[in-house]
Amino acid sequence: MNAQRGIEILVGAFVLAGIIALLMLTLKWSNFGSTSVHGYTVTAEFDNVGGLSDRSPVKLAGMTIGRVERIQIDPKSFEAVVTMVIADQYNNLPKDSFASIYTAGLLGAQYVEISPGGDTQVLKNGDKITMTQSAVILEKVISKFLFNKAAEK
Amino acid sequence: MSGWINSLLAFLALLGRWMLESTQHTGRMILFTGAVFLRLFPAWTRPRLIIQEVYAIGVLSLVIIVISGGFVGLVLGLQGYNILSKFNATESLGVMVSLSLVRELGPVVTALLFAGRAGSAMTAEIALMKTTEQLSAMEMMAVDPLRRVVAPRFWGALFAMPLLAALFSLVGILGGYLIGVVVLGVDPASYWGQIQQQMSPVDDVLNGVIKSLAFGFVIGLIAVFEGYDAEPTSLGISRATTRTVVLSSLTVLGLDFILTAWMFGT
Amino acid sequence: MDSYIQFERVSFSHGRRVILDQVDLVIPRGKITAIMGPSGTGKTTLLRLIGGQIRARSGRVMVNGLDMGRASRSELLAMRRRLGMLFQNGALFTDLTAGENVAFPLREHSRLPEDIIQRIIALKLQAVGLLSAADQMPAALSGGMSRRVALARALALDPELMLYDEPFTGQDPINLGVLLRLIASLNKALGLTSVLVSHDVTEALSIADQVFVINEGRVVGSGSPEDLLVQKAQSPFLQQFLDGVPDAVTGQSETEARNLAVALGLGVPTVPMAEQESVQ
Repeated sequence: MNAQRGIEILVGAFVLAGIIALLMLTLKWSNFGSTSVHGYTVTAEFDNVGGLSDRSPVKLAGMTIGRVERIQIDPKSFEAVVTMVIADQYNNLPKDSFASIYTAGLLGAQYVEISPGGDTQVLKNGDKITMTQSAVILEKVISKFLFNKAAEK
Repeated sequence: MSGWINSLLAFLALLGRWMLESTQHTGRMILFTGAVFLRLFPAWTRPRLIIQEVYAIGVLSLVIIVISGGFVGLVLGLQGYNILSKFNATESLGVMVSLSLVRELGPVVTALLFAGRAGSAMTAEIALMKTTEQLSAMEMMAVDPLRRVVAPRFWGALFAMPLLAALFSLVGILGGYLIGVVVLGVDPASYWGQIQQQMSPVDDVLNGVIKSLAFGFVIGLIAVFEGYDAEPTSLGISRATTRTVVLSSLTVLGLDFILTAWMFGT
Repeated sequence: MDSYIQFERVSFSHGRRVILDQVDLVIPRGKITAIMGPSGTGKTTLLRLIGGQIRARSGRVMVNGLDMGRASRSELLAMRRRLGMLFQNGALFTDLTAGENVAFPLREHSRLPEDIIQRIIALKLQAVGLLSAADQMPAALSGGMSRRVALARALALDPELMLYDEPFTGQDPINLGVLLRLIASLNKALGLTSVLVSHDVTEALSIADQVFVINEGRVVGSGSPEDLLVQKAQSPFLQQFLDGVPDAVTGQSETEARNLAVALGLGVPTVPMAEQESVQ
């Protein structure tokens, strides 16, 4: 009976492990990777965020300094409000810094690039970055280029 | 001239015999499947026997599945990184590794390993019981071997496969994380964030589970049938074991194509 | 004479090969009946017909009043619970201990409490003289021991009919003696009907009350061991088979058998038949 009990316990552990694995695959990993960012929150409004999403990186000179926490629509202006968390060690960013959405390489994921301005005041928790540049939508660029070419003729 | 005709006739006879034998084999398999299905639910009157088989089939396959999953994840991470870094898109490594595993490699590689590890063992066990008249002895004791021996094993395979495949995928994703993030320096939040963003619980995970259930079903059925149908000699046992591995591997790969076309085709 | 099993013009064939051809047999209740014949003459088929594992192509097999050709599944299962069978190599379940093997039919067919099951295991293993082997796995038992454990398992449900498939092949002399005595004494003590299939002439004749000799699917000799001696005179086949004379060589197996019988202390030198006749 003892051996039987051992088998039952092992089978129980196996089934539990399998179900936990399935749940982890299903539950969208919400607890992974988010613990690493401790910092202050700033927002920025964009016309178009393109493929930006929660947890996209926020970069300064190519280095990741924070994360996009959430993206919402401002009900009045119909613009996308991107809330990001920037690590505390980068607490000296000028207030007039510029936020743009870029794509990493041709096919890579999109991220927010912060270009520092010249203000002596720094961004603090809850501040808003006013100067932004939206994501570049490839179709728009191409069509603009084609229309310009057509207009030249 | 007559020699030519004779060899033609011999060839025709060979072809005919092969055709007849495979038809008989298939027919026996269909009859056997029906007989087993009738006993699938009666077998639940003895849940302990099924637990025993989940142990023998699932828990004992765990080591090989986890190790293989880890290595497959490492390789996927490495290859994926090399390819994605050409497009400057290594942030997508997580999603590439996890989708490959959950949709395809998890169920398929687990099924192939499972056929080799557990399927062959099931066949050999049942065939040996047949050869040593243990099944006959059971019948003579008014105990139905299909219900007592075969049905619990089939259930064991059906339960174990999706769980093993899920563990395989999970360990593989962790392996990809290890090589991609820890060793090659991919951004960890992108690794998980892209998985979260791109992987759908229904389209990807559920379809993976359906695949692994289907594979567990066919491997379990082939393994118990080949064991039960084995010629009761030592040569017969080894043949049956080989057949189980070959037949279930081919069936898994063929079925995988059909299921993929059905799930992700349009 | 009260009969337990009757075969009425039973035929059975495997593909085109005829295994039993219009066989008539009457097996009496409470006696030991030996079915003998060279290997491959359908003796095991007979046992499988009695157990209902296969059905006759024609003719009728009656076991304790039940027509095996027409029995329903539940009738068949009920009949098998009153039947014990000793397979040629024991057919012990290799994943269970000797004791659990004996317990198997009890656990499958009864809801007896554990302490009673343990007591029955001990009792049955005691009967075959292997109480000490209860916790051993079948792989650790010798051939003779596993056959005795299998005998204990066959007796677990107190059957009324015992079938023995080649119980004497491949046994060392000591085991052989033990088995012979067990089969004979069990039959007497429990009032069983025993059917044993064997090609070991000496051993089978030494315990059988009645004998059928089968060759090429037909019954070629029947009756008590004494009757057979009378029939032997008219049949070259019986003579050859019973005396164990190969076509060309003579003598060797006679002396072997005689030595064996003496070594076993069976008391009755059963071979050659002529001598047995004079002793009896």
